[in-house]
Amino acid sequence: MIARTTRRRLLSHVMTGATVACAILALLPLFAIFADLVLRGASSINWDFFVKNPAAAGDTGGGVANAIVGTLIIVGVGSAIGLPIGIGAGVYLAEFGGGRFGQTVRFLADVLTGTPSVIVGIFVWMLVVRPMGHFSALAGAVALAILMVPMVSRTTEEMVRLVPHSLREAALALGFPRWRTTLQVMVRAAWPGIITGALVAVARIAGETAPLLFTALGNLNFRTNVFQPMQTLSLQIYVYATGPFEEWHRLAWGAALVLMAIVLVFGFTARLATRTRFRDG
Amino acid sequence: MAREHPPAGLSRVGWGDAAFRAILTAFAAVIPLLFVALVARLAVSAWPTIRAFGYRFLTTSTWDPVANVYGAAPMIFGTLLSSLLALVLAVPLAVGVAIYLTEFAPTWVRGPVGTLVELLAAIPSVVYGLWGVFVLIPLLRAYLVPPLQAVLGWTPFFSGTFYGNSMLAAGIILAVMILPYISSVSREVLAAVPSSQREAALALGATRWEAVWSAVLPYARTGVFGAIVLGLGRALGETMAVVMVVGNRHDLSASLVEPGTTMAAVIANEFNEAAGLQRAALFEVGLVLFGVTVAVNAFARLLVWRVARDSAIGSRAI
Repeated sequence: MIARTTRRRLLSHVMTGATVACAILALLPLFAIFADLVLRGASSINWDFFVKNPAAAGDTGGGVANAIVGTLIIVGVGSAIGLPIGIGAGVYLAEFGGGRFGQTVRFLADVLTGTPSVIVGIFVWMLVVRPMGHFSALAGAVALAILMVPMVSRTTEEMVRLVPHSLREAALALGFPRWRTTLQVMVRAAWPGIITGALVAVARIAGETAPLLFTALGNLNFRTNVFQPMQTLSLQIYVYATGPFEEWHRLAWGAALVLMAIVLVFGFTARLATRTRFRDG
Repeated sequence: MAREHPPAGLSRVGWGDAAFRAILTAFAAVIPLLFVALVARLAVSAWPTIRAFGYRFLTTSTWDPVANVYGAAPMIFGTLLSSLLALVLAVPLAVGVAIYLTEFAPTWVRGPVGTLVELLAAIPSVVYGLWGVFVLIPLLRAYLVPPLQAVLGWTPFFSGTFYGNSMLAAGIILAVMILPYISSVSREVLAAVPSSQREAALALGATRWEAVWSAVLPYARTGVFGAIVLGLGRALGETMAVVMVVGNRHDLSASLVEPGTTMAAVIANEFNEAAGLQRAALFEVGLVLFGVTVAVNAFARLLVWRVARDSAIGSRAI
């Protein structure tokens, strides 16, 4: 009997140890990737990297100024299209989404969140690029917006639902119409959480590449016209990493470090916003 | 969950409310419209190859833009192979992490480690690809593949020449990429198991592991399975990291060390150069991939919803 108890206790310790090992093993690639990004990327980051455009193929030097500006423009335009629709849909789901239509929207939003982004890319190519006759940053922004809408709608819904019901009742008891109750009480109370969801979505689309391949296309020159092809950091990393030149590989690591920094800035800002409200962070 | 609204008489229902509701409904309608438009657009654009090849498109393996003959079997197979490999590698780790974080870890460890694991989901796909090309593949070439081939080279899975770009590299990268999704959803599912389950097992004299194994995991089984299916959905559609390390070769081969391709990778790799029937073929690949991921995600949702009704589990990133 004693031996059996000992064996059971031993097994318990061994399995606990195994789960600890799982956690360590899971974090290993994270640390490896971040270490490589910093070690290989930092050396290519200097003043030129931020203010110059790419050098001619095979030449040394040059930077990714066009890609940084392009990323900000495409993500900005994409957010301007996607966030209002996503937030509006989310508020609908929280306030009126109890019926069959609401359930359908909720389910499809979850299904669309898992849709491969490359498919959104060919969809937008057919929808925007082909009718326009050429690739454009705007098409890229539309693709990113399509990716944002389902994500943002679900986080917005979740946040509005967390607002205590008593707030709504108080507003209605004071004679507020429904729409003012929703906008000035419910949405306002949930606003920090809604912004968090939005920032998380922005962070996620900032690193997207596949939907931009057939829409924004990329551009070696500095462009700010959204009706023309435009470079982004993600597209630049893809081209440079798969290209033949040592210099390109160096720049790819630098661009990856900058892209990662942009994504993390959005991600951590989002986390800070939630920490103060509702969620445990 | 239907929310109880106050009786209509208590609020002033006017044109403002009606207009407000109409505007919000229009926003919400964008989502089903997008879904229908995606299906319709892909189906219409794929129609030429659907008509030309029928179901043979899915079962033959010639992909020849010169002769205009298209069969997608190798990439469908490649998608399944790389995703299965990713699951085999990621599931034990991810579930292990989830169990550790909900059951065994000290409270001060849970937050930080959970955040770090979820941080893996914040790394852009193209950065994973970059890391795969310049770090993982050299590592595989130097340390993993030679001993694997020495021992298992006789099996069909490890035979052939290793060029670097391979199914193995794609599967490993995918495993790292889906790990945070599986572990964070599993974690939420495990956390939703009532503590009375654990307490009952412990009170009966179970060790902590026995409580997890016999009381917590059976209760959470459906949800954890849902988390795994959700991870599968991610792996099936992942594009950039795969296209950068998989080798993009249209061959039907069970060997993990040889190059292959996946549905998403083929679209990313060939779409800009394709025209005519080849473009239609790529749209059909997209349609098949879309259908598969929709089915897988819908299934995962239903499983997870059974455990945590209506929750937005898994729609969070970072």
